[in-house]
Amino acid sequence: MQSFQQIILTLKQYWADRGCVIQEPYDTEVGAGTMCPETFLRVLGPDPYRVAYVQPSRRPADGRYGDNPNRLYKHSQLQVILKPAPSDVIEQYLGSLEAIGIDLKQHDLKLEEDNWEAPTLGAWGIGWQVMLDGLEISQFTYFQQCGGIDLDLVPAELTYGLERLTAFLQAKDSVYDIEWAPGFTYGDVRYKDELQYSVYNFEMADIATLWKLFDLHEGEATRLLQLYDPKSGDKKRFPLLPAYDQVLKCSNLFNTLDARGAISVTERVGVIQRVRKMAVAVAAAWSDQQLAVAEVAQ
Amino acid sequence: MKTPDAAIVPVVDLTATASIPEVEVPDSTPETLTETLHEQVARELKKVDGKSSFPFLLEIGTEEIPDWMIPTALENLRLSFEKLEIPHESVRLDATPRRLVLRAEGLPGRQPDSVERVLGPPKSAPPQAVAGFARKQGIQPSEMKVESTPKGEYYTYLKKVAGRNIKDILAEALPGVILGLYFPKTMYWTGKGGPRFIRPIRWIVALLGEEIVPFELAGVRSGRLSSGHRRLGAREIAVTTMDYERRLGDHGVVLSAEERRNRIRIGMKGIRIKPDDKLLETLVYLTECPMPIQGGFDAQFLELPEEVLITVMRHHQKYFSVEDSEGKLAPAFVAVMNIASDPEGFVRRGNERVLRARFNDARFFWETDQKKAFAGRKLDLANVTFQAKLGSYLAKTERMMQLAGELGGDAHAVRAAELSKIDLTTELVKEFTELQGVVGGLYARVQGESEPVWQAIYDQYKPESMEDAIPRNRTAQIVALADKLDTLRGCFGVGLIPTGSRDPFALRRAAQGVVRILIEGRFDLSLLAFLGGDEALKAFFAERVRYYFKDIRGFAYDEINACMAASVGWGNLVDLGTRLERVRGLRASPDFEPLAAAFKRIANILEQSRGTGFTALPSGVDEALLEAGPEHELYQEFGRIAGQPIENAIARLRPKIDLFFDKVLVNAPDPAVRQNRLTLLQTLLAEFSTIADFSEIVTNS
Repeated sequence: MQSFQQIILTLKQYWADRGCVIQEPYDTEVGAGTMCPETFLRVLGPDPYRVAYVQPSRRPADGRYGDNPNRLYKHSQLQVILKPAPSDVIEQYLGSLEAIGIDLKQHDLKLEEDNWEAPTLGAWGIGWQVMLDGLEISQFTYFQQCGGIDLDLVPAELTYGLERLTAFLQAKDSVYDIEWAPGFTYGDVRYKDELQYSVYNFEMADIATLWKLFDLHEGEATRLLQLYDPKSGDKKRFPLLPAYDQVLKCSNLFNTLDARGAISVTERVGVIQRVRKMAVAVAAAWSDQQLAVAEVAQ
Repeated sequence: MKTPDAAIVPVVDLTATASIPEVEVPDSTPETLTETLHEQVARELKKVDGKSSFPFLLEIGTEEIPDWMIPTALENLRLSFEKLEIPHESVRLDATPRRLVLRAEGLPGRQPDSVERVLGPPKSAPPQAVAGFARKQGIQPSEMKVESTPKGEYYTYLKKVAGRNIKDILAEALPGVILGLYFPKTMYWTGKGGPRFIRPIRWIVALLGEEIVPFELAGVRSGRLSSGHRRLGAREIAVTTMDYERRLGDHGVVLSAEERRNRIRIGMKGIRIKPDDKLLETLVYLTECPMPIQGGFDAQFLELPEEVLITVMRHHQKYFSVEDSEGKLAPAFVAVMNIASDPEGFVRRGNERVLRARFNDARFFWETDQKKAFAGRKLDLANVTFQAKLGSYLAKTERMMQLAGELGGDAHAVRAAELSKIDLTTELVKEFTELQGVVGGLYARVQGESEPVWQAIYDQYKPESMEDAIPRNRTAQIVALADKLDTLRGCFGVGLIPTGSRDPFALRRAAQGVVRILIEGRFDLSLLAFLGGDEALKAFFAERVRYYFKDIRGFAYDEINACMAASVGWGNLVDLGTRLERVRGLRASPDFEPLAAAFKRIANILEQSRGTGFTALPSGVDEALLEAGPEHELYQEFGRIAGQPIENAIARLRPKIDLFFDKVLVNAPDPAVRQNRLTLLQTLLAEFSTIADFSEIVTNS
């Protein structure tokens, strides 16, 4: 039986062998691997890129105090970006499943239509959910737009739900029973996170404080974005990456407030709009900045 | 090259249609058979070859196309191919998720040659001009002759035009045919500005006979290499038009949808599945090598409502559910794999584990939701938006309660309306949105609401389609009406009116539901009283009513126009239906059409008269002013039949009216007589216009 970490190591090795930069998780809270700069910003512009990383992804509303065997506040996504998508990208993906010991001649694999969309990022793509013996194990997306910008090169984004995949391989009914490493279950490592964050997100997070934080981060992002000058000769040193961090903070605060029941439905659309506006502005400035960098390189 | 002065007119098809020679080849060679006959046979056979009829194969190899788009795409592919106007004997279309395939038989190798008559300079042109023309066309002046044309005498010559190779025509046209296929949502994959298709195209097989039809599309060159099942076949397999389907079969792909359908059906033989043709079609186009397998689940889950279990199996897992011999849900399911067999039971166990997790979730939600009294959650609806401009579901609930009362609902109906939207706050509906209404009904039932109330909540979204039944009882019908009418009024009120194919709030379906519930539920009330005086909504409903009576009930459009234009209006749909039946009955009578024509005449006369200032006598017809004879007789007959159903009156009325128009001048010189006469006609028309405005009936006369 392969442990959780062994599966991760094998998949990382597999994608490293196919030319991917192996990144470590981004160090700011995100709801999905897509939101990391390694995806959100790298898919913009004309430069090819290949990267793989495991991203702990926080979804406050999905927390269940560690009680539900399949739902987690924080789950782990293996995120792979192949930009541009090679023509055998699906074959490569299937190969990765075989690398972790799934004999696809003996399992039922289907690609079912599922087009991905992230309104807060102004991003969407065309793709599938990958079903293995009736279980959704991955999301496969050809990005079309990010930050509201049509992409020059179409990347393939492969997102593996690592807990599910491991539970499948280890034939476990509860995610908490999967073996993380010899002698340690997932529950040993992560149960406390699930319980405590559920308590915080649903019961104890101070709504006024979170709103104040949201406003502060939004203010900082907006301030920076207003200072960005596309005509400046020195724009390549402009701190867009830090500006984007502020957007990510806002996104996570929004999710926490939402889980806390602090956002009425009428407000909801407006707040999503605020986050999206910042994300789109970062994407536009980033594209412009990369162009300048490319010109300098020539 | 066409020259400006050369009009080109095809005149003859040079290719004679050679009939296929009937050559008998004896079973055994008799001694008398000579060399000559052998040669003859060989030569004739060669001629047939020469006439050359070729099979054509086009396979567009893609990544997995959404199942529901495939049948339409194939139909489009057929139409685009037919548009090329290449002669062929037959066309066959097939598809799996990874390939759209068109095969045609009997294509010629070449277009027929033809000749065109090219018009040169006029006869009067100077010789240099004639010579110049000939030079430009690459012919000798002697090859031209003078012909008389409608424009005068002109030099012409017959130009032979060689037919093009069909292969070249196809190579030129196919990229456009492929990229021109319509899909609801397309993508690009080769880079910005690149071709768009439903999913990336990864290979193309294009063969005419044994030859490749060469072209390139999205970086893919057409060829003879197909691809097998992702894991049961090879990635590249060389095919010919002859062995294509068999080769695919050898590599794990069942090309024919019909064959895949049969494989699934045969594989489920002996299992009592709940029939589900839509799911079957989904699975047919989701697999290349389908095989059903049966799995089971713990019988204790059967304590959960059947609706929830079936939804999980059908919508979330694409499983068929299974019934026991009494028709009750059995703890089993059938999944359809995309591989041929599951000897180790991996697939079965995997699916069982997924289903167990799903059912556990559902049970968790079912139990969590019930920790709080269902009715007690009503105020939570303040946090659920119905529509930004129309407020929350709490506001909608209050409007619905009011409407339910106005529609004649009793306390049960008002109670059901009050509880109808609460299930939107439950975990179970958040997880299984397609079960809204149903879940509310189930919770209301287990928490002791009366039968009419829980059933009304359960049925509130019915009918969901033309085939779906209307809600099962009066209370439920009233709640369903209140829900739909409120949505329609609200949306129209804030300008959310459907246009063309855009109808995001499904208002057409809602209005159609209202029409069906009112008619089939026999509601004796006027719909128009519940539209809040919205003229646009009234017109919208008029369309739905017309559609219902014409397309669903089969009435003629003029009957519908006539009955809707009746003086009583069309708001009472039950009454409208009854009147339509009566008009349809009347139409069989030989007196009907002439009478309808007469009514039309009366309507026209009255309209013209009103234009010149006519108003009817307020006291009605003055008998003293009537002319003896046809006018008075008509009046008397009318007196006798007034108030009787038109069915009894029609045969008696017609001869009197005919005679009246035959003998009496309506526009009498004496204004008083004229006014009286017109008043008679108007009274007559009004009497019989309560059932229908007969002037709307289209007559032959």
